[in-house]
Amino acid sequence: MKLSPALISWLQVGPLALILIVFFGLPVLVVVAASFFDYDHMTVIPTFILDNYQDLFSSDVTLRLYLSSLKFAAIVWVITLLIGFFVSYFLVFHIDSLLIKIGLFLLCSVPFWTSNIIRMISWIPFLGRNGIFNQMLQDAHITSQPLEFLLFSDFAVVVAYVHLFTLFMVVPIFNSMARIDTRLIEAAKDAGASRFAIMREIVLPLSKSGIALGTIFVVTQVMGDFFVVKVMSGGQSASVVSALSNQIQQLEYPPAAASAVILVIVVVLMVAAILRIVDVRKELAS
Amino acid sequence: MQTTASGKRPWTFYVLALIFTLFVIFLYGPMTVIYILSFQGPEGGLTFPMRGVSTQWFHELVEPGRSGDIAGSFQRSMLLAAVASVLTVLICISAGLGFRRRFPGAGFVFYLVVASLVMPGIFVGLGISLGFQLMGLETDWRISGLGAQLTWTLPFGLLVMFAVIGRFNRSFEEAARDLGATAWQRTREVTLPILLPGIIGVALFGFTLSYDEFARTVLTAGTENTLPLEIWAMTTNVTSPALFAVGTVTTIISFVVIGAALGSIALIQRRRGRNVASH
Repeated sequence: MKLSPALISWLQVGPLALILIVFFGLPVLVVVAASFFDYDHMTVIPTFILDNYQDLFSSDVTLRLYLSSLKFAAIVWVITLLIGFFVSYFLVFHIDSLLIKIGLFLLCSVPFWTSNIIRMISWIPFLGRNGIFNQMLQDAHITSQPLEFLLFSDFAVVVAYVHLFTLFMVVPIFNSMARIDTRLIEAAKDAGASRFAIMREIVLPLSKSGIALGTIFVVTQVMGDFFVVKVMSGGQSASVVSALSNQIQQLEYPPAAASAVILVIVVVLMVAAILRIVDVRKELAS
Repeated sequence: MQTTASGKRPWTFYVLALIFTLFVIFLYGPMTVIYILSFQGPEGGLTFPMRGVSTQWFHELVEPGRSGDIAGSFQRSMLLAAVASVLTVLICISAGLGFRRRFPGAGFVFYLVVASLVMPGIFVGLGISLGFQLMGLETDWRISGLGAQLTWTLPFGLLVMFAVIGRFNRSFEEAARDLGATAWQRTREVTLPILLPGIIGVALFGFTLSYDEFARTVLTAGTENTLPLEIWAMTTNVTSPALFAVGTVTTIISFVVIGAALGSIALIQRRRGRNVASH
């Protein structure tokens, strides 16, 4: 007996599909369903009400939280994009030896494989009131007293985000830049193009799909974060998910679910907008 | 192309090299500081100056009751990461090979993978914990925790697998077929050995992403904490360098795992290079 190719593929992909349906697809449906449920102090009551959404849309807190999250996402996106672009550009076009290129690339990637929480915490002794950065500034007589805004502020939140997520930008941009045919650049150079023109007219358009993928990663990570905002802002800033996690702690599951559903719709719209501008399938298909 | 006609590096090289160096310092600087501070003397605090050097904060980690259940959560995290890594490898190899053919439903599974990758972790955790609650089941790190982490490790593993398979030259398989190898022989003796370095990469992702996972695990681990959850609890109630000591320990574990994975990949590549050269 010979199995049909489609059946073989399904047998091979089956375990992946099964796990994602059970632990991802169904839970998403559960959250959507729960967003219409009622609740009291102890339990969730299965019914169909729109109160959770009405509360969400009638509160100004919602808008403030989204503006706060979007503000972080925008700032972090710009910074990680600039770093990601120039770091990749350096590795791809200025390092000749493949071995050194791989070595430097790994140097950038290793922190990604270590704990996010620890990497975030490591900024505390650095940015604190008596931290290293303040001591350096004072020793250099740049400031006469410690800067208070460094730790437990929006500044600290942005620093931690950039620290955690820049790699998500470097890797895809590096990948798409590495695939650019160097003969194109040689030709442009022979035709008299300046360095800047080559970067703008050739490298930038050809790394677009990498930039788009990196953007999707960074934006979704920032929009979905709650622990960086909680720890690094010292409780002064909030994000959509940090508010959501507070609701979960107070066992208010249905409102939390409604808030999660809206968040996902917003995130999906953002991703869809990015995909409309740039077709990243080329990047994934090859 | 990095040199000009005269053999000198262009000024942009130095500017970009500076940016790169600053980026690496930015990445490693703060981490290095907490490794140093974790050896803070008994009187020392959370920042410089160092008041002597001691391993007191490391001892505190293993003493029961001093800073939570670090030892227990560490064992759970290692076991969980090992299981997640093995499952990620097996499932992603199989799925990666399956995706090489077009089949009905391929698009659906692919979108499921991408959605799982970009979905905020807490959403997945909330869904799983609510689902368990509605079914009257208790959440537990061995089941709901593992499942939640797989929705994060599998998509990453599959993307790595796609990259690896994309560079795979299928004529090796065709040659094996022409020589009379069965499908199973082809997979075991041709395809998998060629893909091995990439597979080690998938294992590395599976292990480290699970070992450090927080957002999906926080609602699904049940009553017993994994290490990141324990560390998270420490950030709110421990204000001693013990917090940094746990960071040093967990980073050493990560570095050992990364080193083992990258080292074995390099070894395989070198052996291959030698074999090719000697033929």
